[in-house]
Amino acid sequence: MNALVAPALTQTHGLELLRAMLRIRAFEDRCYQLYGQMRIRGFLHLYNGEEAVAVGAFAALRPEDAIVSTYREHGHALARGVPMNRVMAELFGKQTGCSGGRGGSMHLFDVARKFYGGNAIVAGGLPIAVGLALAQKLRGEPALTACFFGDGAVAEGEFHESLNLAALWHLPVLFLCENNRYAMGTALDRAQAETDISAKAGAYRIPAAAIDGMDVFAVETAVTDAARGIRAGGGPVLLEMRTYRFRAHSMFDPQLYRERAEVEQWRKKGPIITLTTRLKALGLMSEEDYQRLQRECNAEVDAAVTFAERSPWEPVSGLERFVYAERHRR
Amino acid sequence: MQNATVAEAPVSLTYRDAVREALHAALRDDPRVFLMGEDVGRYGGSYAVSKGLLETFGAERIRDTPLCESTFVGAGIGAALGGMRPIVEVMTVNFSLLALDQIVNNAATFSHMSGGQLNVPLVIRLATGAGRQLGAQHSHSLEGWYAHIPGLRIAVPATIDDARFMLAAALRLPDPVLLFEHLYLYNMQGTLTEGLEQVDLERAAIRRTGRDVTLISYGWSLHKCLAAAATLAAEGIEAEVLDLRSLRPLDEATIMASVRHTHRALIVDEGWRSGSLAAEIVTRIVEQAFYELDAPVARLCTAEVPIPYAAHLEEAALPSPARIAAATRELLVSARGP
Repeated sequence: MNALVAPALTQTHGLELLRAMLRIRAFEDRCYQLYGQMRIRGFLHLYNGEEAVAVGAFAALRPEDAIVSTYREHGHALARGVPMNRVMAELFGKQTGCSGGRGGSMHLFDVARKFYGGNAIVAGGLPIAVGLALAQKLRGEPALTACFFGDGAVAEGEFHESLNLAALWHLPVLFLCENNRYAMGTALDRAQAETDISAKAGAYRIPAAAIDGMDVFAVETAVTDAARGIRAGGGPVLLEMRTYRFRAHSMFDPQLYRERAEVEQWRKKGPIITLTTRLKALGLMSEEDYQRLQRECNAEVDAAVTFAERSPWEPVSGLERFVYAERHRR
Repeated sequence: MQNATVAEAPVSLTYRDAVREALHAALRDDPRVFLMGEDVGRYGGSYAVSKGLLETFGAERIRDTPLCESTFVGAGIGAALGGMRPIVEVMTVNFSLLALDQIVNNAATFSHMSGGQLNVPLVIRLATGAGRQLGAQHSHSLEGWYAHIPGLRIAVPATIDDARFMLAAALRLPDPVLLFEHLYLYNMQGTLTEGLEQVDLERAAIRRTGRDVTLISYGWSLHKCLAAAATLAAEGIEAEVLDLRSLRPLDEATIMASVRHTHRALIVDEGWRSGSLAAEIVTRIVEQAFYELDAPVARLCTAEVPIPYAAHLEEAALPSPARIAAATRELLVSARGP
């Protein structure tokens, strides 16, 4: 994992990645407002600060790969290509939402895009990912399963069980740890005797690396490289993406556990500001280009809010649908 | 341990054999099916159910797992989502508590929570129950607990026919199904009904007809009810014995039809009484057939203690044919009124 070669930075690709991150940021900032206006409810976990992980990873993954995500998954869903309208409608609890209004922010699903959901039980998705990868292997599919989870999941037994099983059975799983340094309010060094998460993979003979999760190219390069190895039959890989959450854990978090200065310091090395500065410095983007990207992203979010607002509610008569599979439906 | 007479009757088999035949047929008939669990392969299964399957189907399809119930049950869910038809053996219901999160938070919710996009065609087999002096941590009967959960289907094969054919019925369903095999039944000897090729997974069955009282049960307790009914018949009391087969969904139609016929009901459940499946059935009878009753609905459950080791204490804790017969007699006396 130490011979990473960064792909040449082209203008087109650089702008693509920046746009994808700005799009997530615009979506999340709007969610924050909408929540304050009580137009979306429930738990809401925003992705601000972590955009490079989703955008870099999905730039390297393929449509045939299966995805398992967490409850902080708006960014994953959007980067995967789940239409923004359907994600926003889900947050509004509408019938047109990507889970028909039954999931909400923490449970976005899109089976056509092999997006197997936000899982709101910490580490609960890891065994599911192992099983999806087992099916891929047994069916001879040339695909892998990418499993997102946070640093909090590392304390759960299922993290260790899943790494062991994936390695033991040589399954095509890409374990993507989004280490944002806090499990809700508990800092990593207050939860883990060994804070180097990537080092833990060694106990299961899983190749691993720690990546600068604020650098979208570093993420893309690392995931491309790891995916190549997995697709070639190399078994599971773990990538620890070192990142930071700019906003509170959820909308009910007064953030008593961290200093404002710490947040400000991380904001300065945020993934969007870093890439923006870099593209401008290389002469690949003007301030005008940047403003145009912003406007386009905001317009898409506006349209998504309008779509969500105008969408119908699931009729209450459908309350008990889908508890069991509707066999003749599909 | 009644295998000495097998040679005389070639069609005779044990419940264990019947489950093994069911597994064999499922693996033979559908390449998507595989069996996964602790010691299902080389060891042959903790209760010797899967003995010989590894040799026939190989290690890819008879898959020994490490001791990690939560993860191998979750992997079963994931494999089901990915297009396979996994059969996961959780050695006993007691250990399934380590996989409760996967069963309740994932298997049971994915279909509804995804707006019907996902379904989880997973079968989980679990040994359940007491009666072998295994102590509190190996003697739970928690199937009624699982029957509380929308999104799961709970079925209990109590006969040789159901042991042989319920698995295929479960595999035909697109939903997660938990099959509870009572550990006391594995050695039960019997024959398959001639010509039977499949069973359903939703209907209760009348195992003995009678006019005086309905004994409602499932699993090992069903056989205790049948024994009690034989005793009672000698006294002139004709008990109807109903095998629930499916604990979720409950076959209310068959239950109510029997109660309307006998006007009395005793529920026999190896689960504890408080918050039990027996309580649920009593309630439904009261809700739907109250004016048909000639006596209050009665129930006989396991004493509310962790199952003790000592044989006489364990015996005293569980429903027994003698206690079922006694409870039935009492029900008939109270029915006559003061």
